This record gives sequence, structure tokens and C-alpha cells, in this order.
Amino acid sequence: MQTRRQLLSRSAQVAGMLAALGLLPGMARAQAADYNSAAFDAKTLPDAMKALGAGAPVESKDVTLTGPDIAENGAVVPIGASTSLAGVKRMLLLVEKNPAVLSAVFDVNDAVEANFSTRVKMGQSSNVYAVALTGDGKVLYAVKEVKVTLGGCGG
Amino acid sequence: MADPMRIRAQAAGDKATVRVLMSHEMETGQRKDAAGQTIPAWYIQQVTAQLNGKTVLTAQWGPSVAKNPFLQFNVKGAKAGDKIAIQWVDNRGDKRSDEAVVT
Amino acid sequence: MKIILSLAALLAGAALAQQPTKSTADGIAEYRAMLADGNPAELFEAKGEALWKTARGPKSMSLAACDLGKGPGVVKGAFVELPRWFADTGRVQDLESRLLTCMERLQGFDAAAIAATPFGQGEQRSIEGLVAWIAAESRGLRFNLPQAHADERKTYELGKRAFFYRAGPYDFACASCHGQPDKRIRLQDLPELTKNPGDGVGFAAWPAYRVSSGELWSMQRRLNDCYRQQRFPYPGYASDVTIALGVYMGVNAKGAEAIAPALKR
Repeated sequence: MQTRRQLLSRSAQVAGMLAALGLLPGMARAQAADYNSAAFDAKTLPDAMKALGAGAPVESKDVTLTGPDIAENGAVVPIGASTSLAGVKRMLLLVEKNPAVLSAVFDVNDAVEANFSTRVKMGQSSNVYAVALTGDGKVLYAVKEVKVTLGGCGG
Repeated sequence: MADPMRIRAQAAGDKATVRVLMSHEMETGQRKDAAGQTIPAWYIQQVTAQLNGKTVLTAQWGPSVAKNPFLQFNVKGAKAGDKIAIQWVDNRGDKRSDEAVVT
Repeated sequence: MKIILSLAALLAGAALAQQPTKSTADGIAEYRAMLADGNPAELFEAKGEALWKTARGPKSMSLAACDLGKGPGVVKGAFVELPRWFADTGRVQDLESRLLTCMERLQGFDAAAIAATPFGQGEQRSIEGLVAWIAAESRGLRFNLPQAHADERKTYELGKRAFFYRAGPYDFACASCHGQPDKRIRLQDLPELTKNPGDGVGFAAWPAYRVSSGELWSMQRRLNDCYRQQRFPYPGYASDVTIALGVYMGVNAKGAEAIAPALKR
């Protein structure tokens, strides 16, 4: 006979499994329209670029990545991507050593500057990339190494 | 409904700098809880913004954007008195919309 | 997980061996400056303001009549004068204790139940918002805790004793970490809390948004975690000893500028 504890534990396990698969009621994985899951699941830079339909990136002084040299906590790392190039259609932020490398994709049009700042999670010290995709197929990037430390016990 | 965003939009010259703080867990789906169960992924996937009703920003995010996300962008041609509206949609289909006036 | 643990071992070893190079300290200062604009604590401030003004609880009342020490409903400037003595309860109270009093008397909540609720759950979440907003309403003002009442002075002395009291399996006291200047644990600077007006980032920074957990921590939660780190038993929520420590640190911070709610690791 199963004890109540065993029964509950079993239910929790099943629930956990269903949750992981997004199958619990009310947890439908409603993807926003046009969400590029393949790109956001990619584990390497080349895979992410391929999923975005972009070629191999070329380093460029016209793309700027702003970020700290060292982040006290990898949970919140301020990162900015900008470029002065004309004809840019998209800006990307990628963290090379994250389990999924692509953090964010920003569409660029006439109404907004190709200049975005946000904060990302970094699992460990890593190269961070800002990539600009132009209308004529160019893929240009800037890279910076951001160190991630552990802090102390408080503060 | 999710908690409200904090939006600040400041005009300077021929553009406005918009800064947003969104209230969201941004759970990656990589973490496990105390019982060893994976905490399901829950994160904003899409962010859009309009200036006086016209779309100026569309963005897609992955779960590695930080919790309680911060976003800053510059809208061209915006001036004091214009309206900025921002929306997000997450992987569960939850949404949030907020507006602010450019100062 | 494994990566983080081995990183910790590496860093612990490095920290014991030498001071961080100046560039590391500068790097961290630069990182903190980058985060200063857009503190997620603002999200909690907004929640707190709404909670203060909304009719809630069994009595369906707002907190508009709550007296935080400067008169019913006066929020601006109240934070920098807490903890202080209150005539209606006949005791010295800090912000969280005073919120419990108001939430019980005005709104009909069960204060003991809230005190027993774990941090981050139920009405403890409401308190997160409330302390963030109330602190923000005093941002830029200077700490000026009253010591006119005999109980306020007695509580200061009690707080001082508690601060230096060594206990627990490691014989720690608050003073072990916060009793001298220029100390750090790994890369966290430890504010010295015994001098006046202090360095302005100790008592003056709490409540604070902690980026490591993405949570808003009240002073009560900060003290609770300090006790945990010292391997002490957990203090009671808003208990006399925690209020006393608040008086000790707050009076020591007299004249310091309130920066709460601040951003912490």
C-alpha cells in the first residue's frame, strides 16, 4: 500500500514532468507570433546565427558593445548594443557561454535608433557579443569579455 | 494581470530616451526547486512599443534577460507630450500594457 | 552548480591571499554605477504606494491614518526617524513593527500571523512594497532618530550590547564583520556600523533590491539573514532585539543621507 507521502511525492513528480513539458492546464506554451524558438534554443554562436538566417559575423569597429569589465553578480549584467551604420535591420545580444547563447533580438527601423540597453543573466565569465544585421546581408559584431564574480555573504 | 511597468520617457533634441522597468520573474527553466523539481521556464518573449499609436520597437527576448528586466531605447522624432505605449507577452501568453507621456 | 562552486573555491583562495587589485574594485564600482539608473526597487515602490492607499483587510481600510512617528498619514521624512518611541503602543518600534501595528489596528490583519509568515509570502510581500515606498519618500533626507525619550536611549544601549554580543558556534557578533573599517568578504565591502555618520551604505541603504535574488529586502530581512550567517537562531520578526539593533545603527548613522531603497548585490 502506498503511504500518503509516497502518493503525494509521486503526484509531485508527475506534475513536475508535465510542467517541464508545458502540458499542465493553464500553462500552455503560448508562443508569441513569430517567436524564433530555434534561435533562442541555440547553444552555439554559429547555430544561433543560422537559425536567424544570418551568415558568419565579421568583427567591426562600427558596432559597439557596452558593458562592465566585471559584474559583481551574474544575475544582472547591464549590456548595450549600438551601431552608427546605416541600413541596420536588427541588433542581437549573445552570451557565448550561456546554455542558450541568444539573449535578445531588437528590430531596427526608421523610428528607433540602433542603440539598445538591457540587462542579461550570465552563468559564468564569458564573451558577450553585439551583432548588427544589415538589410544587404552584412553581419557585423563587437565583442567584450565580461567577468562574473561571486560576491561575499551580504551587502 | 501582471504588475505595472515603470516607464520614463525624456525628450532631448529630436529624440526621446525611453527607460522601462518590467516586473517579471524571467525564469530560465534551468533551475530546480528545493525538492529537485525543475522550475518551469517563464519569461517575456516579445516586447513592442508605440509612439502615438505607431509601432517603433519590436523585440524578441530569451530567458537569459535578467529578472525584472530593464530596457532603454531612443525613439526618433519624439517630443514632450507624445505618448509612449509598451507591451510585453510572455511564453505563457500573459501580457502587460502600460503607457507614459514623454516629458 | 558545480561551476559556481569551483569558482567560489578559486575566489576564496584568491581573496585570502591578497587584496583585490585596484582595477577590480574600480570595475565593480563601474558595474554598480551602470545599474544605478533603473533600480528594480522602483517596481516595489509603486506597489507600496498603491498598498498604502488601498482599502484592505477585514476592516477594509487604507493605511492613510497610519502614524509612522510624524503624525497620522505623514510619510515624508518618517523613515529617517525610525526606530522611535510611540505613545499609543508605549514602546520603541521600527518601520516593520509599526506597519504591523497599523495593519492590525487600522485594517484588521493578524499581526502575529504576518510576523510568522515566511519572507516573500503572503502579507510579507505587501510589507516589501510598503517599506520600499516609505523609504523612498525619505530619499535624500538625513537620518535623525530621536533619543529624547528614556526608552529610546535604553534601546540604543540594548542594541549596542546586542551588536557586540558574541555567540553561536563561531563566536561571531555583528561587530565581527561590521566593527572595523575597510573590511570585506571576498569582493563585498563590509560597512562599519559603529561610527557616526558611517560610510552611508550600511544602515542608510536598507531596504534594498538584491540583484542576486531579484528580491526587495527590508531591514528585518537583512537582520534575519545576518543572524543566519552568524549561525545564530533566527530572531523573531520585528522582535525587541532587531528593533534595538536598528536604533543602535540608526543613531550611529545620524546625519547620513538616506539612499534607500538601494541596489545591493
